[in-house]
Amino acid sequence: MTRWLLVLAGLVATLPCGAEPPGDGRRSGFAYMGASTQAMQLDDTLNPGMLWVLEGEQLWNRRVGAAGRSCATCHGDARVSMRAVAARYPDFDSALQRPVDLRQRIGACRQRQEPGLPPPGEEQAQLSLEAYIGLQSRGLPLAPPQDLRLQTYRERGRAFFEQRIGQLGLSCADCHDQHAGRRLGGSPIPQGHATGYPIYRLEWQGLGSLQRRLRACMSGVRAEPLAWGSPELVELELYLAWRARGMSVETPAVRP
Amino acid sequence: MARTLIQAPSSVRRGDSFSLRVLLQHPMESGFRVGAEGQVLPRDIVRRFACSYNGERVIEVELFPAVAANPYLEFSALASASGTLSFVWEGDHGFVHREQRAITVT
Repeated sequence: MTRWLLVLAGLVATLPCGAEPPGDGRRSGFAYMGASTQAMQLDDTLNPGMLWVLEGEQLWNRRVGAAGRSCATCHGDARVSMRAVAARYPDFDSALQRPVDLRQRIGACRQRQEPGLPPPGEEQAQLSLEAYIGLQSRGLPLAPPQDLRLQTYRERGRAFFEQRIGQLGLSCADCHDQHAGRRLGGSPIPQGHATGYPIYRLEWQGLGSLQRRLRACMSGVRAEPLAWGSPELVELELYLAWRARGMSVETPAVRP
Repeated sequence: MARTLIQAPSSVRRGDSFSLRVLLQHPMESGFRVGAEGQVLPRDIVRRFACSYNGERVIEVELFPAVAANPYLEFSALASASGTLSFVWEGDHGFVHREQRAITVT
């Protein structure tokens, strides 16, 4: 009995709030990290991702374009208006008649105010805004929309997830469903739940998006990475969001 | 303009030691890496960090190319009178960044 209590206490101690499993065997990448990396994520003065959040907060209030409007002009206080927004994306865009991820949504909004702005990529300003908006959902469950129009896109994302690609002939599911928890080289293979993007990755020494992570995985199996912002990547993001539904948002997460 | 996260107490008890944690946003480009076009990326690192309290030196740190991006430092200090902590980072290409924090000793 005492031994079981100790085991239970150990489990509770290793699963701080914000990264609890939903009780169905799904685990965030947080659970696979070492104690020092976990501490880095949990303490906002240690988490380097918070540097981008600070920048995002400034960008939110910076006036741009001919009309001199900022994000805050229309959306007000992000802590109120952007609460739980990042947990919902990718979502269906009625104007474009296709699903868009948070990056494309922010990009479309910025381009409306600043015509001529290039499509959003992996720029620091873009990542900072994503991190700041993502932070407003931290601790909330991922809640992909029930919209039926997303169904076919999500199914296509799932098909891509299960399709073998590259010279190594591996699918996402091969590693992250069947071999999750085992090791690849010295590193544990996580279940691949996208709960904390954009993440501060120690290997990158900077903040990076889910698309960057997905493309790195594709070149890892020696496949040609999908283009930035391509519909296929958004479909994959849609499926990943659904696969991780109900798990807590950790943005800005730290990963090794 | 560099960004920093500084954790310093706003008030401390006289004679008690307290910890200071500073994180600076900086690429710490080592000068040994090669860019996408094959050219060597020029070195861009923070070379020196110093913290002083009311003009008195608390700590001085030398940094080298092997230090990772966004350098984080943690150290402790003692205060006998209220005053101002000042932090300065200096690096390549004339990089200088200063921050200040006031501390009340009770």
